[in-house]
Amino acid sequence: MSLQDAVNKILSQWMKGAGPEDDIVIGSRIRLARNIARIPFPAAANDQQAAHVNELVRSVVESNAAFDLDYLSLVDMPKLERELLVEKHLISPQQAKDVKHKAVALSRDELMSIMVNEEDHLRIQSIYPGFQLQSAWEQCDQADDVFGEKLEYAFSTDLGYLTACPTNVGTGMRASVMLHLPALAMTKQMPRLIPAVNKLGMAVRGLYGEGTESVGDIYQISNQVTLGHSEKEIIQHLATVARQVIDQEREAREQLLKLGKAQLEDRCYRALGVLTQARLISSQEAMQLASLVWLGVDLGLIKELDARLPKSLVVLIRPAHLQKLIGRNMDAGERDVYRASLIREYLQSCQ
Amino acid sequence: MLLCEECRKRPAAVHITKIVNNVKTEMHLCQECAQTKGELNMSFEPSLTFENFLKGMLQQAQALSQGPAVGIRPQRCPNCGHAYGQFKESGRLGCSECYEEFKGEIVPLVRRIQGSVGHTGKAPGISSAAAGYRQQIEELREQQRKAIIEEKYEEAAKLRDKIRALEKSLREAEKQEGR
Repeated sequence: MSLQDAVNKILSQWMKGAGPEDDIVIGSRIRLARNIARIPFPAAANDQQAAHVNELVRSVVESNAAFDLDYLSLVDMPKLERELLVEKHLISPQQAKDVKHKAVALSRDELMSIMVNEEDHLRIQSIYPGFQLQSAWEQCDQADDVFGEKLEYAFSTDLGYLTACPTNVGTGMRASVMLHLPALAMTKQMPRLIPAVNKLGMAVRGLYGEGTESVGDIYQISNQVTLGHSEKEIIQHLATVARQVIDQEREAREQLLKLGKAQLEDRCYRALGVLTQARLISSQEAMQLASLVWLGVDLGLIKELDARLPKSLVVLIRPAHLQKLIGRNMDAGERDVYRASLIREYLQSCQ
Repeated sequence: MLLCEECRKRPAAVHITKIVNNVKTEMHLCQECAQTKGELNMSFEPSLTFENFLKGMLQQAQALSQGPAVGIRPQRCPNCGHAYGQFKESGRLGCSECYEEFKGEIVPLVRRIQGSVGHTGKAPGISSAAAGYRQQIEELREQQRKAIIEEKYEEAAKLRDKIRALEKSLREAEKQEGR
């Protein structure tokens, strides 16, 4: 199998698929938290109760023709495979740890994943490429209807869907968009932008890294409040806020081109130079450089690469993806060597 | 320009204020030194999460209240045995019944974090279509009230007709769902 094929096989649909505004919006995600009435939440449940929930959900998934989901028990899954799912954002880091009685129901195209016995009994998630919150919501909504028919949900008229943590009650919905914002980061506008977005009731965080700085300039914007507004309102509000951030990023890109095209071009090509020549590279450095190359390709400064390429690179260089592609477990030092050689080979195969 | 306190070469870009036992210390470092000193956390798990905040709020609420709560308060949820103290520790409830059992504490807390305690979204067995109609009706009723106060009766009448049409759609949607 060629490297291109192997990469194509390992990448999740939402990472390689096309979608609206996908030069800036990497993906859109909806996640619904649901619980079964009276059965203790996973953290408080005993062995028997947790196993019971696992079986209940399994029977709904397997007996329903509307679902085309594989029910995967996490206990039976090798650690590397679990880490791969975490890197693909199909399960949470928490779900990959202490795996007893935990499971994930996964659609073939990996657009939908349902975590069982995470913080709540059910976490129904849908993740689409580009700016497609509505599609992601519709898919979650339908799956939720199926479960709602078969299971007695924990629900109160005032507080809505009841969740293990009160920060999720009400709709139980967390909607988020993942954005690539290199120009806003480069022009040091993030520290100004983040509080502004916070004031609009949305949380911003770097997808990798901490605080206002993000490794690879990838940020996630999501709703903070889950109660008191309908799902539609929350999604519309998030979309409006995200739209403004996208516009600001585009403006910052134009400014950069206008004020210092040569400098920008230089930075992007230097990043490409390091990526194509490095013999040893950490995932952090690789991500920062891939982000610059990605920007260069988006702005038409780097013409010899396909636009999808740097975007997939950001994911491929992460530890589990890398080890899966190489085909074995490696320690961090060894990974840095293989990461550098994988990047070189991949960039060459795409030119 | 302020130089980094560590290397004294590069400009300081990271300003850290620490307050330990009421003693305030300030540090000015460049990016590189801040990272090597571990002042810039580059880990993949955010430490300042919403949940940690919640825990802080719960403990603060307890510190503010004078001594132990007055009156009889159930200490444990009869359904799952979760104690209220466990909730204060972890920020997590034990089961759906805990919400009812610890209502007195939970509802004000939810109001503070969520800004309200009235669920208007989807409900089990009610499709989002019906929930959507309900939402629209609410919004139009509000507009209608305003119109009446402002003595715009013609507009109010139009709104009333719209509301009636929506109520009809809502009834049909509910009938379809067997309610």
